[in-house]
Amino acid sequence: MGLESLFANKTGFVQVKMDQLINEVINWGRKNSLWPYPFGTACCAIEFMGVVSQKFDLARFGAELVRFSPRQADVLVVAGTVSYKMVPVLKKIYNQMCEPKWVVAMGACASCGGFYDNYSTLLGVDQVVPVDVYIPGCPPRPEAFLDGIVKLQEKIERESSTRTFARPPRELVQIKT
Amino acid sequence: MSTTVEAAPSTRLTVRRLEERFGEAARYLHGFRGDDTVLIQKDRLLDVLGFLKSEADLDYDFLMDLAGADHLELPRDYPERYEVVYHLLSTRRGHRVRLRVRLDEDEVEAALKQKVGVVDSAAGLWRAADWMEREVYDLFGIRFRNHPMMKRILCHKDFVGHALRKDYPIKQGQWLAEPDDLLDEMGEADANADDLFSDLMELNLGPAHPAMHGTFRLLVRMDGETIRKAVPEVGYLHRAFEKSAEKGNYTQVIPYTDRLNYCSALVNNVAYCRAIEKLMGLEITERAITIRVILMELSRIIDHLVCVGANLVDMGALTNFWYSFGVREEIYEVLESLTGHRLTNNYVRIGGLAYDLYEGFEDHVRACLVKLRAALKDVLGLVRRNRIFIDRTKGVAVISREDAVSYGWTGPCLRSAGMDWDLRKKDPYYHYGEWDFEVPVLEGGDVHDRLLIRFLEMEQSVRIIEQALSRLPGGPVNVENPAAVLPQKPGRSGVYGNIESLMNHFVMVYQGVKPPAGEVYCPTEAPNGELGFYVISDGTGQPYRVRVRPPCFLIYSAYSRIIEGGMLADAVLAIGSLNIIAGELDR
Repeated sequence: MGLESLFANKTGFVQVKMDQLINEVINWGRKNSLWPYPFGTACCAIEFMGVVSQKFDLARFGAELVRFSPRQADVLVVAGTVSYKMVPVLKKIYNQMCEPKWVVAMGACASCGGFYDNYSTLLGVDQVVPVDVYIPGCPPRPEAFLDGIVKLQEKIERESSTRTFARPPRELVQIKT
Repeated sequence: MSTTVEAAPSTRLTVRRLEERFGEAARYLHGFRGDDTVLIQKDRLLDVLGFLKSEADLDYDFLMDLAGADHLELPRDYPERYEVVYHLLSTRRGHRVRLRVRLDEDEVEAALKQKVGVVDSAAGLWRAADWMEREVYDLFGIRFRNHPMMKRILCHKDFVGHALRKDYPIKQGQWLAEPDDLLDEMGEADANADDLFSDLMELNLGPAHPAMHGTFRLLVRMDGETIRKAVPEVGYLHRAFEKSAEKGNYTQVIPYTDRLNYCSALVNNVAYCRAIEKLMGLEITERAITIRVILMELSRIIDHLVCVGANLVDMGALTNFWYSFGVREEIYEVLESLTGHRLTNNYVRIGGLAYDLYEGFEDHVRACLVKLRAALKDVLGLVRRNRIFIDRTKGVAVISREDAVSYGWTGPCLRSAGMDWDLRKKDPYYHYGEWDFEVPVLEGGDVHDRLLIRFLEMEQSVRIIEQALSRLPGGPVNVENPAAVLPQKPGRSGVYGNIESLMNHFVMVYQGVKPPAGEVYCPTEAPNGELGFYVISDGTGQPYRVRVRPPCFLIYSAYSRIIEGGMLADAVLAIGSLNIIAGELDR
């Protein structure tokens, strides 16, 4: 996959289907200009700051333009523990983001609640928003986060650029104890 | 409780004066590991607190901690189920005393149903009591009489039950559909609202707002750009630390402490382990003490770097962020080489450390300190006489010394308001009294001084680390006590060598340490102030109650007071300068 494969024809002529070309070009643009919205609540947010700063430099992957308005962002990075008190806020932020949008669950808490298995903590944000990439770690190392961004880019590459964007947040599931 | 001894010399006067004045209503209960407890009758509580605060020879000016406790499962010789525990501190005399009030279960339940108070609120004496009493109400269901705003603070508004009661199941989560509108706390607009020229507007900030650090919410009533009234809301990162701590053994709590103040995890580790060591009466080795001091001061530096760097970004000075985060990464390299983790280090153990330092640690730290000094010089050179920095910070969000004390502020925020109080000097532990360093004190109490004092403290921390590195003693890092630390693995006498060590290892892993029944309060000077652990042990391997006294919680309770009357843009700087860490505040 990738744009290069389109031009692999050695005859000197480019033979591609128009819709495929559009798809590739749009996805190429999308994956290399991800604008993250850091929904940072806890320890992972500190590590996210580390990823953005000079040593690990998220800019190398085109995702350094951190936007604090959900309306301008296309990747929701949930960095940190989400409590039940925070759930309505998270859902609101997700709904405010324009399509196309992706969600990265950074760290153990966002992915599954981590070791906070208690009355206050949501056991994984995938109960309220659809997650595209889970990054393990408590908190994940910056390299792991970069790897997660690369995984997300690979996923975007495979997507249809005109996919129907009907992925509403799932209904709340009542937890039984 | 088990040990009953004579009151410690420092509190003997307090106990005698209380008994003279109140007789049976203030009865000396017991002393344990130097902590003295006085049992107060419920209806005399306010008199006793007022007496301790106002008498010149007692002079308890700080309400350090106010916690609830549910004694449902504790073996006890009295019928009452609940307790409210007060920790007072006299900074002028250096005394601490613990007061307890016992409450009957039926009484608490009846008061809860009728929505009336069962204990008198101390909020009139110390403003610090305001939020701490709300927390006790939230988590234990104990209501306070004459409290200004008796409502939940950590759990959400639709929460049913009281989470820290022993009969509340730990995994029983409860969903929330809509956030609280906070209008009951905001109240009606004042008479000026009808004035045609005033244009009051309510504005919601956060919790998902970068200036509010992701987890704090603030509802402000604005008059143009000026804040007339502010209502902060916390609890968005409540992760049930205290409940989780009751579910494992003592060692299993250490990883949770990492995530209290995640900018300086090692200080939390040390503070918790110190409390358990105090509970067990353990003296750790000299080498472990010195290593702990080095790590605590390194953590203090990275904590201050994050605070200063982030706050300068809020001001628009992004360059400083790169300078301070560059050197912060260097220190993370050291901590990672040592502990295996960048942020949540989890290296300190009860009775010592997980393992010894790696080879070349000293040189690695020294190289870091050189870079740190250079970075501090760069950042200070950029901001110290910078017109924009001074204009935006001088005289902004000021707190007076009296207010800071009343709100229970500690740490750099208190010292920037003109109060010389640092536990490392005033109540020295780990030989802090012998290290050559100064405690910087500034007078302004504004954003400027709160930021500047952190630079000065980092310089002092560097001095301490340099001394500690040059005096690092040899010897083991763990105490020689098979009931406190895991046995060594290699060697003939180790776990791999003989069956007794193997069995010991198994028992230690499964059951952990077993401190004697009793209770201790152990304060440590964390980067943000006094981080206290109040631990109740019932003699088993499982903590009965672990209460954290978070410095941020009390500092943030004064936030609305210091920003009211100022500009909204200044409120952003004010919260940054307080260095509020959500993990520690909400626990």
